[in-house]
Amino acid sequence: MTVQSPTETDGGILVQGLKKSFRSPQGPVHAVRGIDFSVAAGETAALLGPNGAGKSTTIDMLLGLAKPDTGTVTVFGRTPRQAVDGGLVGAMLQSGALIRDSSVRELVAMMASLYPAPMDVEEALEVTGLKAVADHRTQKLSGGETQRARFALAIVSDPELLVLDEPTVAMDVEGRREFWSIMRAFAARGRTVLFATHYLEEADANADRAILMAHGRIVADGPTTEIKARVGRRTIRATLPDVDPARLAELPGVASAEHHGDAVILSCTDSDRTIRALLEQYPQAKDIEITGGSLEEAFLELTGEPDEEQSELVVP
Amino acid sequence: MSAFAYTRFELRRTFRSRRFYLFSLGVPLLLYWVIAAPQHNKIIPSTPFTYGIYYMVSLASFGTMVSMLATGARIAGERQVGWTRQLRISPLSVRAYFRAKVLTAYAMALLSLALLYVSGAALGVSLPAGRWLAMTGLILVALVPFAALGILIGHLITTDSAGPAMGGLLTFFALLGGAYFPITSGILHTIGQFLPSWWLVQAGHIALHGHGWDARGWITVVAWTGILTAAAAWAYRRDTGKV
Repeated sequence: MTVQSPTETDGGILVQGLKKSFRSPQGPVHAVRGIDFSVAAGETAALLGPNGAGKSTTIDMLLGLAKPDTGTVTVFGRTPRQAVDGGLVGAMLQSGALIRDSSVRELVAMMASLYPAPMDVEEALEVTGLKAVADHRTQKLSGGETQRARFALAIVSDPELLVLDEPTVAMDVEGRREFWSIMRAFAARGRTVLFATHYLEEADANADRAILMAHGRIVADGPTTEIKARVGRRTIRATLPDVDPARLAELPGVASAEHHGDAVILSCTDSDRTIRALLEQYPQAKDIEITGGSLEEAFLELTGEPDEEQSELVVP
Repeated sequence: MSAFAYTRFELRRTFRSRRFYLFSLGVPLLLYWVIAAPQHNKIIPSTPFTYGIYYMVSLASFGTMVSMLATGARIAGERQVGWTRQLRISPLSVRAYFRAKVLTAYAMALLSLALLYVSGAALGVSLPAGRWLAMTGLILVALVPFAALGILIGHLITTDSAGPAMGGLLTFFALLGGAYFPITSGILHTIGQFLPSWWLVQAGHIALHGHGWDARGWITVVAWTGILTAAAAWAYRRDTGKV
């Protein structure tokens, strides 16, 4: 194998035909059911989806922590293991604490020593806001400090690719804001970032692009503005007897139409245009309600089945 | 990177841990002073040895086994907090990781030995320099299978089961190996000779009679090293699903 220098990083991430199932007492769990995507070098992409969508399993395979049943992952043209061994990847996994009996500085310095071209340890402590607690023992840190220290471990190697799996789950609002501003500063160095989240607002605010996952499949992939428009649909409900739902579906701005008895439900990509057209063509429509689409509804529509952990979803 | 950076990091962490001083060093030392000190010059019935020297070498076997098996509890703890996964997404090699674990266990074992030797000497144990060295060297060899055993249990058990598992294994190996009291005949004697702890205790007995292992000792220790190393490698792969 010819060893590339970390600057020759064209290619980014390439995922093809990836599948992974696990055995469980209730039968096999198909965590990832055949996904393809790529992330260009220098891009910041969000892997967005509810819990159980297959995000963490995808990330595990991307990092070489799990072996795909079928399909391939390449990271800068290498296998995940080669990319990790070459020091190209930094990651903050979803769960995890720090080992005891080490100071924050010692821990970060030890991690830096494992890599070919790490960041200066003091700089890593500085940007993650850990200077004040650098000499504290890891077991004495607060929850937020622990998360920042885990983030410092992920970036101290100055990786070409930074992978974050639900990094803000245990953080409060202020902690989140700080965390993402550090992350964006890191991404601005031209590094590739892939992060998993179930918060649409985090994807929207911090990524160029969102890859939407549900039930182990990719259900949408595009710029966050498009994803937001897609999952940010509004619903118009009205009482409108004796009307052909197929004609309602043809109204401008309507993505889909259903009716239950006299009630019609229109899922709209542009509810403003739809409501104007609706009232013009069907002035008899009454009891009109327009509601903001929730991410749950979007997932439901995109996947055609309800998700088991909808309650985890947060709408912006 | 310096090849021993992770080993240094591990050593520093270990020697900061209060539990390490208490259990790995404290317990064998305390047992020695409680059992042997009050009667250190007395001869143990039906043997030619004093309590002072006999329990120094017995507890050397026991204490060094504790040091080796403590690796298991440490690995189980690191797995629980997700540290093992964090290391696997770094360029740290599996070899460097295990080297750190094994060398740390050996550092603990050597410190435990040193403290027992000093205690023994304080209670009147006196040996030619050659015997001290031969005994220590052979003990270190006899600990190799226990280093593998520590890694094996670290990747099999959870932190909840670490206590019972280690206590059980330790009692089993120490008892049948003859670390608690001399086993000179009968079925236990026969079984004991197939255990690595028997030969660990025999390594310590260089202090008593000056001679090391015969061929059976070497074969037993090598066989256990092979079996336990293979089992540890299997447990590691099973645990990490390493690709």
